[in-house]
Amino acid sequence: MRSSNLRLFLLGGLLVAIGLALLVSGFASSAPDGLDKVATDHGIAATARSHLFENGPLAGYAIKGVGNQRLSTGISGLIGVLVTFGIGLTLFALVRALRSGDRPDPGRAP
Amino acid sequence: MHIPDGFINAPASLAAGAAAAGGVGVSLRRAAQTLQDRQAPLAGLVAAYIFAVQMLNFPVAAGTSGHLLGGAMAAILVGPWAGALCVAVVLLVQGLLFADGGLSALGLNIVNMSLVTAWGGYAVFALLRRALPATKASVTAAAGVAAGISVVLASLAFVVEYAVGGNGGAPVGTVLAAMVGVHTLIGIGEGLITALTVGLVLGVRPDLVHGAAELQTPLVLGPKGGTAEEVR
Repeated sequence: MRSSNLRLFLLGGLLVAIGLALLVSGFASSAPDGLDKVATDHGIAATARSHLFENGPLAGYAIKGVGNQRLSTGISGLIGVLVTFGIGLTLFALVRALRSGDRPDPGRAP
Repeated sequence: MHIPDGFINAPASLAAGAAAAGGVGVSLRRAAQTLQDRQAPLAGLVAAYIFAVQMLNFPVAAGTSGHLLGGAMAAILVGPWAGALCVAVVLLVQGLLFADGGLSALGLNIVNMSLVTAWGGYAVFALLRRALPATKASVTAAAGVAAGISVVLASLAFVVEYAVGGNGGAPVGTVLAAMVGVHTLIGIGEGLITALTVGLVLGVRPDLVHGAAELQTPLVLGPKGGTAEEVR
């Protein structure tokens, strides 16, 4: 029962993350963040170089070719959440496998 | 708070890259030793949740916004080692797919937003926990305050990097005052989001919260009416 409960919790959490990224992100403030603002105010921003992938399909949290800005941001957010979840699940499954493969002796365990 | 390419010169960026690689390596090793089985999928969820909430910039002052960094929250939920890895994954996805945070600045960004917030935030959290009673409310409050402080620590880390290798002409003192000022405000938002999130998880599945592990009532086995034996 505990493990199905955990699955339910994970599903619920993922739905919250998807909801925030898909539906709420389009309403976020578009003002520069703290670092960007400080950089702009104090002449640091001019030293920025363009990003290598600035023309990538998801660059700037937007989908190329989707005109509606909120929809564009939302879909890019959905993709980001799913990709991050996938990489995270894989990484931490590997981390766990590392332990079962190379069990530290109980004397120095955590 | 993502540093783009160019703000910090190549030697300082490289040094931060080496520090980030070392920190991620340590985190991987320690997470492999300490991450509990049921927390592994939770850590994946924490990474996805941080990605989502980092998109939600909130206004903090005229013409300025802030967003969650998430390292302290991740560290409190899944431990400082896995927590740092959660944010590192987010930064990698943002830098590679969303052109957010320069690729040459990935090390700088991992140091500031992953290592400093997860480890620094967790250290503050642990100190606060010692001073507070062992209750869920204390865990939530300590999480909020520690997360807020972690944002200021991250902004200080940027100032150090700027002092060492900044390409801009602004004096370090000016940048220090501006960064700490605005990130104190952003820290309030970070603290509220973190307290809300940690409080919610504590309400639903307190056993999953690494930073509240000792709050768990130990399982007591024993004959009915007989001498009970605690099982840890």
